[in-house]
Amino acid sequence: MSTVTAGPADDRLIRRSVTRRLLSRPEFGALLGTIIVWIVFAFYAGSVFIGLDGVRNYTAVAADIGILAVSVSLLMIAGEFDLSIGSVIAATGMLTALVAIQMQQNVWLAIAVSGVFAMLVGLFNGWLVVRTGLPSFIVTLGMMFALAGLTIGVTRLVTDRTQLGGLEDVPGFDSAHAVFGSQIFGFNVTVVWWVIFVLGGTYALTRLRFGNWVYGTGGNLDGARNLGVPVNRVRITLFVFTAMSAWFVAVTQLVTFKGTDVLRGTGKEFEAIIAAVIGGCLLTGGYGSVIGAALGALLFGIVKQGIIFAQIDSDWYKFFLGVMLVVAVLINNWFRRRLLGERK
Amino acid sequence: MSGYLELAGVGKTFGNVIALRDVSLDVPLGSVTCVLGDNGAGKSTLIKILSGVYQPDEGAYRIDGTEVRLSSPREAMDRGIATVFQDLAPQPLMPIWRAFFLGNEIARAGGRLDIRRQKQEVTAQLASMGINVRDVDQLVGTLSGGERQAVAIARAIYFGARILILDEPTSALGVKQAGVVLRYITAAKRSGVGVVFITHNPHHAYLVGDTFSLLNRGRLIASYERDSLVLDDLVREMAGGAELETLTHELRGMDDVRGMDE
Repeated sequence: MSTVTAGPADDRLIRRSVTRRLLSRPEFGALLGTIIVWIVFAFYAGSVFIGLDGVRNYTAVAADIGILAVSVSLLMIAGEFDLSIGSVIAATGMLTALVAIQMQQNVWLAIAVSGVFAMLVGLFNGWLVVRTGLPSFIVTLGMMFALAGLTIGVTRLVTDRTQLGGLEDVPGFDSAHAVFGSQIFGFNVTVVWWVIFVLGGTYALTRLRFGNWVYGTGGNLDGARNLGVPVNRVRITLFVFTAMSAWFVAVTQLVTFKGTDVLRGTGKEFEAIIAAVIGGCLLTGGYGSVIGAALGALLFGIVKQGIIFAQIDSDWYKFFLGVMLVVAVLINNWFRRRLLGERK
Repeated sequence: MSGYLELAGVGKTFGNVIALRDVSLDVPLGSVTCVLGDNGAGKSTLIKILSGVYQPDEGAYRIDGTEVRLSSPREAMDRGIATVFQDLAPQPLMPIWRAFFLGNEIARAGGRLDIRRQKQEVTAQLASMGINVRDVDQLVGTLSGGERQAVAIARAIYFGARILILDEPTSALGVKQAGVVLRYITAAKRSGVGVVFITHNPHHAYLVGDTFSLLNRGRLIASYERDSLVLDDLVREMAGGAELETLTHELRGMDDVRGMDE
């Protein structure tokens, strides 16, 4: 074919240096924030915080949020929200407990039953969003309240209580505990699961065709659809992922604490979203990273436990959280504007 | 000359609004067919029918002599009809190498992207059209408007488009950038692609067009071959001709009414 010459390469551009490349990663803000916050708490919280015990402590806290933040960040990159995962934690934890403790079924069977339930919740969320075109914010906000009410209502109806304990006496508990609730070298096994989730999520997002579709769906829904990306399938799949990861966290908590209550998991949806946003996910979709969300979760754990180690009243935790969120978003916005070459 | 893509007596209505009526269009390969029209003339409806977003209510849509009924832009693309939409930044935050293959990824078993090959292919395709981008890792949003159109055109040709539909590719661009895009349109034509160039700018159309169709209020009001037309005619037709006179009368009339009120 014939060629057109577009003139010599543009000489007004400086070659992007390695530093600049690093700065333009979505994770950069979260990495910087994590390091700064760690240094601050290392200064105030003393030697226990810096040592291995400190690491074990805050990674255990970060793991729960971190596992959720993997699927939440993927969903956010695809341009959607899931506010219902906190309620899914409560519902699936309670459902597992009801089947295992109340009905005295094998723990693994109970876990499977609640897993199917979580999948159905995710499918329903996704289907409703895709079908009605309503913002997922509204659909999953509705699910958040409906499911929370359903959990309390059904639990009280069946057991006359709002919490269940005694999972350790149910068959299958020991093996389930080894998988979801044990410790490895003093680390919670959930930290290992968290790492697996992060690696899997990163691989899917950056190396698989599916990941390309996730970016495309969030970047421009109609544009991606016109190019043949199955945007509905992508979104429904991701809603199933978020619900299933909530179920996973619910199971780890149930097995660790040998019981659960109807309010467990409340507020986790926001913590996971905050981790994803700190990690560089754009609220409008199309941009972000799973590694960033993992750093966001780590930052979370460090602040939450650092406050305790530094013997600051833990009432201040939420204050720090709010400030951290806004600062992180401002930094990320600034970097992104630099990235797209804007000046302001 | 019979076209590769052909519309015969196509019409489209939305409720009681007739968006298009009895539109016939022939688009041969290796030529540029310009469709000119003002806002509201039915250009977007026509584009959406050509690209497979809408289905015509009346008339026939033929590709290579066979009547088709397209159900999606994807199906149109599979039949060699590619549309580059007016939206200049479809995926602003995606690297070029990802955006280029979106929906048509090169993947190995298990849906694993062949990232290296995708990057190589994009680089080679852009180079073959003389498009210089600094780095295929660059985000689409950092390209200039002209560069984005150029990449989109290169993309369509890479994926085997026989017919390329361009929706106002120059309207949001400066003079120099528009010139760059017009060059790529000519390059695409020379490579044997049939181009449908939809625009409201007769100057740009005249520079690259082989045939010109004028769309007004949902109808094709005139068609010209390049030989039988000079730029002035095209500009006059586009400016409205008779309509402009009516408008002048109307505006004067309104002035009179206002005069009476006072």
